[in-house]
Amino acid sequence: MTSPEQVLFWVLGPLSVLSALGMVLARKAVHSALFLAFDMLCLAAFYAAEQAPFLAFVQVVVYTGAVMMLFLFVLMLVGVDASDSLIETLRGHRFAALSAGLGFAIVLCSALGGALGDQAVVGLETPQANGSDNVYGVAKLIFTRYLFAFEVTGALLITAALAAMVLAHRERTTPKVTQREMALARFRGNRPSPLPGPGVFARHNAVDTPALLPDGSPAPGSVPTSIAEDMRRDHPPLPASVMVEEGEL
Amino acid sequence: MSPTAYLYLAAILFSIGSVGVLVRRNAIVVFMCVELMLNSVNLTLVTFSRINGTLDGQIYAFFVMVVAAAEVVVGLAILMTVYRTRRSASVDDANLLKY
Repeated sequence: MTSPEQVLFWVLGPLSVLSALGMVLARKAVHSALFLAFDMLCLAAFYAAEQAPFLAFVQVVVYTGAVMMLFLFVLMLVGVDASDSLIETLRGHRFAALSAGLGFAIVLCSALGGALGDQAVVGLETPQANGSDNVYGVAKLIFTRYLFAFEVTGALLITAALAAMVLAHRERTTPKVTQREMALARFRGNRPSPLPGPGVFARHNAVDTPALLPDGSPAPGSVPTSIAEDMRRDHPPLPASVMVEEGEL
Repeated sequence: MSPTAYLYLAAILFSIGSVGVLVRRNAIVVFMCVELMLNSVNLTLVTFSRINGTLDGQIYAFFVMVVAAAEVVVGLAILMTVYRTRRSASVDDANLLKY
């Protein structure tokens, strides 16, 4: 007899382990972030199955919604194309880390197996545990027994917000460039006209599709720099001889 | 179904997160692995709450989430400051406190 909870666990459990592995193994940081977001959604489903619906929603809102989006914003600021270097700075570092992690998992699992052989499960169905419902029970505990911890948490959040503002603030060391100076610099530079928009004369008008020049080659100035670099790697510019032959045709 | 299966899953996720912290060199990915470890501990707390039949474990998990949110805000701000001064997000390049 399989309960719905068992089905959920055996479907989402392996998926969460796989996505955790994917997070560790993915070369690009953005892929790691997406794997982690999926993992957090799996954990939210587990919380819902374990009679903690309040925590399940908080997990989705706080972790998947706020924390992961903050991670993605910082990745955009730091550079999405920044990938890890694969050179080992310490010899045997990766093997040592892997064996340490494996040993740790074995020790943890065997300790768990020894400690919880056949644990009697009380469960949260009893009315005195959960109150009338989970949110009510959690709120009752937070605002009575854990009230002081809750207030300290508020102080912690304010301190963290102030610290983030102080750390991310940057004093302006050069005077602000006015619109007039920008216009003058543009007309003194190589390109007085605006940059071409993405997708001009191309098959799609998505922002990652470069505009096409009159000879059919993509215009690198029409897309963001990281996409332009990918484009240059995938479609190297045509050699000059080919261009001449096409012109003769 | 016995809730102890969740404890094993949490142990595996925690180990994967710790391996990631040891192996990866991009500071942001290291940070994500720390988040995974925090999440797996939360799963353990929620499971203990269910085994014991009291809500205290869920309250602890709630406080862990709040502290983790504050930690992410400050940590990412520090990472951005390091990136601004050294133009790199690798943990190998932030070595000014080493000597």
